[in-house]
Amino acid sequence: METLSLYLDILLGTIRDVLPIAAILFGFQIFVLRRPVPQLKRVLTGFVYVLLGMVLFLQGLEQALFPLGRLMAAQLTDPAFILGDGAVARVLSWTDYGWVYLFGALLGFSTALAEPALIAVAMKAREVSAGSIGVWGLRVAVALGVAVGVMLGTFRIVTGTPLHYYIIAAYIIVIVQTAFAPRIIIPLAYDSGGVTTSTVTVPLVMALGLGLANTVPGSSPLLDGFGMIALACLFPIMAVMTYAQLSEWRARRRHDRETGQD
Amino acid sequence: MWKQIADFWHVLRGSIRDLAPIILVIGFFQLVVLRQPIPNLGDLVMGTLLVLLGLTLFVRGLDMGLFPIGESMAFSFARKGSLFWLLLFAFALGFGTTVAEPALIAVANEAASVAADAQIIASSESARGAYALGLRLTVALSVGVAILLGVFRIIKGWPLHYMIMVGYLGVVVMTPLAPKEIIGIAYDSGGVTTSTITVPLVTALGVGLAMSIEGRNPMVDGFGLIAFASLTPIIFVLGYGMLF
Repeated sequence: METLSLYLDILLGTIRDVLPIAAILFGFQIFVLRRPVPQLKRVLTGFVYVLLGMVLFLQGLEQALFPLGRLMAAQLTDPAFILGDGAVARVLSWTDYGWVYLFGALLGFSTALAEPALIAVAMKAREVSAGSIGVWGLRVAVALGVAVGVMLGTFRIVTGTPLHYYIIAAYIIVIVQTAFAPRIIIPLAYDSGGVTTSTVTVPLVMALGLGLANTVPGSSPLLDGFGMIALACLFPIMAVMTYAQLSEWRARRRHDRETGQD
Repeated sequence: MWKQIADFWHVLRGSIRDLAPIILVIGFFQLVVLRQPIPNLGDLVMGTLLVLLGLTLFVRGLDMGLFPIGESMAFSFARKGSLFWLLLFAFALGFGTTVAEPALIAVANEAASVAADAQIIASSESARGAYALGLRLTVALSVGVAILLGVFRIIKGWPLHYMIMVGYLGVVVMTPLAPKEIIGIAYDSGGVTTSTITVPLVTALGVGLAMSIEGRNPMVDGFGLIAFASLTPIIFVLGYGMLF
């Protein structure tokens, strides 16, 4: 019974989410563009699939991964776990949080890989680039970026350093990299930052941030719990540009070798 | 029929591969690092199956519904040739998809309690509600502006990175001027606005526009709408924090 009402809640929530989008799309299609949607039946079936898919996806996350992920975030940031069994209570230093950094990095990596929005963008990028940007390559690059971002986010909360230093430093790196990266990848790289942080990543990463801010002395969950998402957004930009630079460099080296042999 | 089942199986196999890492990570930490049993194993297995099925349906639906309609509307707008309606559509899409976004509602409520604790606003229920609503409208407005600006850029063919750098500069200049309490929320709000349904639509719209306008490259000009949508909320929320 409880599960059923949860389903209903999620279904209603998702419909409320999709309704404005559908209204705008079909409103403009009918009143402004005044032409029938090509393959209307197929498109509508697709919408039903998306709606149903989102409901099942969210319901499954809520039932399986989110409770466990939240519980683990709480357990890993618990001072009792960080100090180990039978240790004398003492002031924690930033080196005590090793497992938290590792968990942050792996959580960021694996949730980014499961993010449906990123799958969508990677599919589009492969199509547009005629296959030269692989779905898997792009997604692994982005996931590595999210991993570094989340890990740095946990480090920032533990050390209590101001968020904007990290953001500004990241901006500078992005700008410098932009000057050297292949022009074709830049818009996709900038897009991949915003794409990665949605349905799967945000709740789990937020739980880790808030749990950590509760444990670390002198930090407040409301002030310091934020900021993880911001970092998880910026590092994929760098990672995708690095990925493009590496593939370009490898292609050039292969090319040089081949022409050198002639 | 068989072809459909084969297609479905192909997507399902992809979904299994997509979800395996997260299950491995959680399993490893729970069993090896924390040395705890997994609670409610039945729920976990059931939930994972639902996630798998949901992801598979979603990816099928993308190909059938969201991508084609985004692209076909981009083509129709390009053929119609009215800049006004296209920009209005872009704004409406950005604003409409963001204003009801659950992640944004959660962050806005959180922000209102931060502001009340910091005594920026009165801690009464109505003051907090008004602040949260104001913040939500601000973010929705910023995403509307972002998509509008991004579409205009595609039409003009301006390089994306100069515009983004101006945005970065805006963030850097505004950060020291904004109240300390809002900074973390502002920076995070950029990430939470772009939802799972908006992203494929907006991407298909951008790529479709770039393909239907002569002299535009879908790779260089078609992407970049999401980049705007994750930058303008930071600027707008910092501004909101400075004003209220």
